[in-house]
Amino acid sequence: MLEFLSQHALPAALVALGGLALVFGAVLGFAAVRFKVEGDPIVEQLDALLPQTQCGQCGYPGCRPYAQAIANGDAINKCPPGGQTTINAIAGLLDVEAPELDAEHGEEQAVQKVALIREAECIGCTKCIQACPVDAILGAAKQMHTVIADECTGCDLCVEPCPVDCIDMVARETTLKDWQWELPSPNGNLIATDRVQGAAA
Amino acid sequence: MTDFLVILLSTILVNNFVLVQFLGLCPFMGVSNKLETAIGMGGATTFVLTLASICSYLVHTWILVPLQLEFLRTISFILVIAVVVQFAKMFIEKTSPLLYRVLGVFLPLITTNCAVLGVALQNTTKAHTFFESSVYGFGAALGFSLVLILFSAMRERLAVADVPAPFKGAAIGMITAGLMSLAFMGFSGLV
Repeated sequence: MLEFLSQHALPAALVALGGLALVFGAVLGFAAVRFKVEGDPIVEQLDALLPQTQCGQCGYPGCRPYAQAIANGDAINKCPPGGQTTINAIAGLLDVEAPELDAEHGEEQAVQKVALIREAECIGCTKCIQACPVDAILGAAKQMHTVIADECTGCDLCVEPCPVDCIDMVARETTLKDWQWELPSPNGNLIATDRVQGAAA
Repeated sequence: MTDFLVILLSTILVNNFVLVQFLGLCPFMGVSNKLETAIGMGGATTFVLTLASICSYLVHTWILVPLQLEFLRTISFILVIAVVVQFAKMFIEKTSPLLYRVLGVFLPLITTNCAVLGVALQNTTKAHTFFESSVYGFGAALGFSLVLILFSAMRERLAVADVPAPFKGAAIGMITAGLMSLAFMGFSGLV
């Protein structure tokens, strides 16, 4: 076989090139299966960092579309519910400078809010149900609505559409599960030298 | 050891692929508008060129020479380069999405970079050994990245410089490249 090939150039060329192409094709085919990328992994990672409030304050319909937009080069400081913590985390992932939160899209809330419907005033119009991105409002046409507090992300989106303004954003109540010590205030007298300097001044 | 250093020095400075041998001029002019893209392109080319010169050496030594098919080397090297580029793209996309975001756009461009084919062909004409071939490829890629980054740094400044209207854009780029090439002639005779 090898002898035949080395004496006849034309079949040798065909076999060599054909064989090469076949091997390379097999390698690429194997690589396409072995290194298959499902979706854009960077989008998954970004989506995991976003707060999943689906509030749309960034200008995109939800957290995942915003993650997609960041992957395509959008600014990372458009997420008020996530606040500076989320911006820092995304900046860390993408290895860029962490910018300040863009005030145009809203301000970071100090306390977590939850929507509360004043049920006596509700007329059962279902407009807030359609506005809720996480399906946290329960109710039907001409029936009273109520908010499932555990599902509510505090995104504000249901307040605007309510025709009788019966939805309030109230601070989320602290339960035994999520209670924690308050952080010491940064300008308090934490250590002995603080007090000495305060007294001297 | 000194042989390898000589090859490195020769490919990076003396026989620079872009400025002395005039290979790979399309990416040199094309992606040198911004420093960041130039660095990305340099990285991607270094990766692919080293790998491609190793693979072409193997194909040449173990397939083409035993079958006395040296006349097929151009087409088989093109095949090798295309496969290496495609494979590198898939591998990087899977293993390092961040690196893929930096290099991604430039990887397919390298298939058409004639410096890659030039290195593979020169390896055979100069009868390099395996290690010489890989160092030659690596050095060529380093030289390419070096001048690409230098050139893009200059073009970023040229973009805001007060250039006479007829010379704006690509024209002044060509002139700059010519001057750089002249400057690199100063290295001849170094090795």
